[in-house]
Amino acid sequence: MEDELAASITIQGAVWGGAKAFTVTSGPGFSLMMEHIGYAAMTETPCVFVNVQRGGPSTGLPTLPAQADMMQARWGSHGDYGIIALCPNSPQECFDLTITAFNLSEEFRVPVMMMLDECVGHMTEKVVIPEADKIEVTPRRYTTLPPEEFHLFEPKADMVPDMVKAGDGYRFHVTGLTHDERGYPNMTVETQDRLGRRLLDKLKPMANGRALCETEGLEDADVVVVSYGITSRVAQRALQMARQRGIRAGKFRLISAWPFPAERIRELAGRVKAFVVPELNLGQMVLEVERAAAGKAKVIPVSHAGGTVHNPDAILKAIVEAAQ
Amino acid sequence: MNEATLEIPYEIPEDAFNPVEPFLRMERMPHIWCPGCGIGTTVNCFTRALLDSKANLDKVAVVSGIGCTGRVAGYARLDSFHTTHGRAIPFATGLKLANPELQVVVYSGDGDLFAIGGNHFIHAARRNMDLKVICVNNMTYAMTGGQTAPTTPATAITSTAPYGVFEPTFNLAALAEAAGASYVARWTTYHVKQLARSMEEILKKKGFCFIEVISPCPTLYQRRNKMGDGLDAMKDYKVKSKVRNGAPTGECTLSKTGEITVGKFVDRERPDYLELLRAQMTQALGDRYVEPEGACCSEC
Repeated sequence: MEDELAASITIQGAVWGGAKAFTVTSGPGFSLMMEHIGYAAMTETPCVFVNVQRGGPSTGLPTLPAQADMMQARWGSHGDYGIIALCPNSPQECFDLTITAFNLSEEFRVPVMMMLDECVGHMTEKVVIPEADKIEVTPRRYTTLPPEEFHLFEPKADMVPDMVKAGDGYRFHVTGLTHDERGYPNMTVETQDRLGRRLLDKLKPMANGRALCETEGLEDADVVVVSYGITSRVAQRALQMARQRGIRAGKFRLISAWPFPAERIRELAGRVKAFVVPELNLGQMVLEVERAAAGKAKVIPVSHAGGTVHNPDAILKAIVEAAQ
Repeated sequence: MNEATLEIPYEIPEDAFNPVEPFLRMERMPHIWCPGCGIGTTVNCFTRALLDSKANLDKVAVVSGIGCTGRVAGYARLDSFHTTHGRAIPFATGLKLANPELQVVVYSGDGDLFAIGGNHFIHAARRNMDLKVICVNNMTYAMTGGQTAPTTPATAITSTAPYGVFEPTFNLAALAEAAGASYVARWTTYHVKQLARSMEEILKKKGFCFIEVISPCPTLYQRRNKMGDGLDAMKDYKVKSKVRNGAPTGECTLSKTGEITVGKFVDRERPDYLELLRAQMTQALGDRYVEPEGACCSEC
């Protein structure tokens, strides 16, 4: 396509035509896609956006790493809505989580962001690709109702409506305007409230029980390092060094960063001394950790403006301080 | 609006039936368009074109952007998409590529298609994407209050140009031809028969087809320019329009008060995007080229 504005909505046209579709970008391109992330959220169009993060703002650091679009991924389009964001830390996870991203987008009918960074994006490692029939694929949930009984945005028990595709005789209407269950524009306070709340509430299972994370040594941890993406691999080295020094340091790696697994962090906050949050930005996900910890444990950011990865010593230093 | 035109001089019989009703979402009436607006006239022509072309209506999709004409998608009883401002064409491109058996019609306004969405228009025309683009040109941003659009003619008064527009305007027909459109026509909402026939032609033609419909906006364009109401616009179109089929599009620039050249300007054959894709891939890959699956079925 000619630009990111086009790419980010062409994929949605393709979805309503019956295909599964995604688009890939970095930095400024992600900024250009924001309006259509909102359109996908509003029209509940399942699709996947891959953002290989670089340093910013503006043209910033092309082909150098950062993790500074994490808040943009969550809040970048105007209005209230929810999305899912996944943070792979290896080529294998780029493969596996892209499948997961498509599956989650179908299940919840939200845009799903794959939030890579330049290091993971350019990394070369062994990738095991399973046989096609061994891959679990969530099919699109098409309605079984006939056109005269079908309402395009009538939520099911899981708060997610069933889909249809163009050309099947349903003669349906999709709009980015606030709409009722028929899909017709309805700009009343009541409809806005009902729709807006459902767009957020349908993601609650992902925030809590079904959040994807990788943990290690949390049982007796004094300090927990919360990290994601490439930084989680640097943090792994810092964790090793800390344990060699006898510090009880645990790992909490966010795989699904959004919705943020606040309950998990809140539960940990009650029994650990501190969280250390290294990230390749000047403080983004650390704000969520602070919010969830709610003062029950110290939260120590290890910020880095991007361009390269952390030195593990910087993370170790923060762990040592936190353990005291 | 002239008071006299509001009177209905005869009684409507109880069993009266408008033949375009089955094509409209009647439960959404009344529509939002002003008295004297031409968009409804174009929709009437479009539904007649659908009838006459005998298209399978389950396989016709309408995609609109934002603006007064952008609301067409909401009233057409077809698979219809009201997308974001300027992006109807790329949405339609995705829809068409995922399901090539659909007849995808982009129905939007001049501000939507040629200001914010201008880039997508030229690229879809260049690719000869199999889309039918109908542009209702009322020469202003009507929904937002009558601001200057790329199509507003020089010297016209708008809400953002109280002393008159001085920017040169786009000649949409010349732009479409230069970018590669297979079919280019222009009519006014006075030319209902010709417009409906043109719409029927593009529904039967492959490739990127473009019809510009000059349409009145009494509320926001004509009022500021002392050009009267919807009926006055019809009289104006009748007097000023010259049918010149095949006219060089470069000579068809519109002005505030000059001739409105109408007609079918371009009707040519070019391979469309999917044909080009198939030809190139077959040449490069031979037997290894597998036609992409048009669309997922509900079982996959």
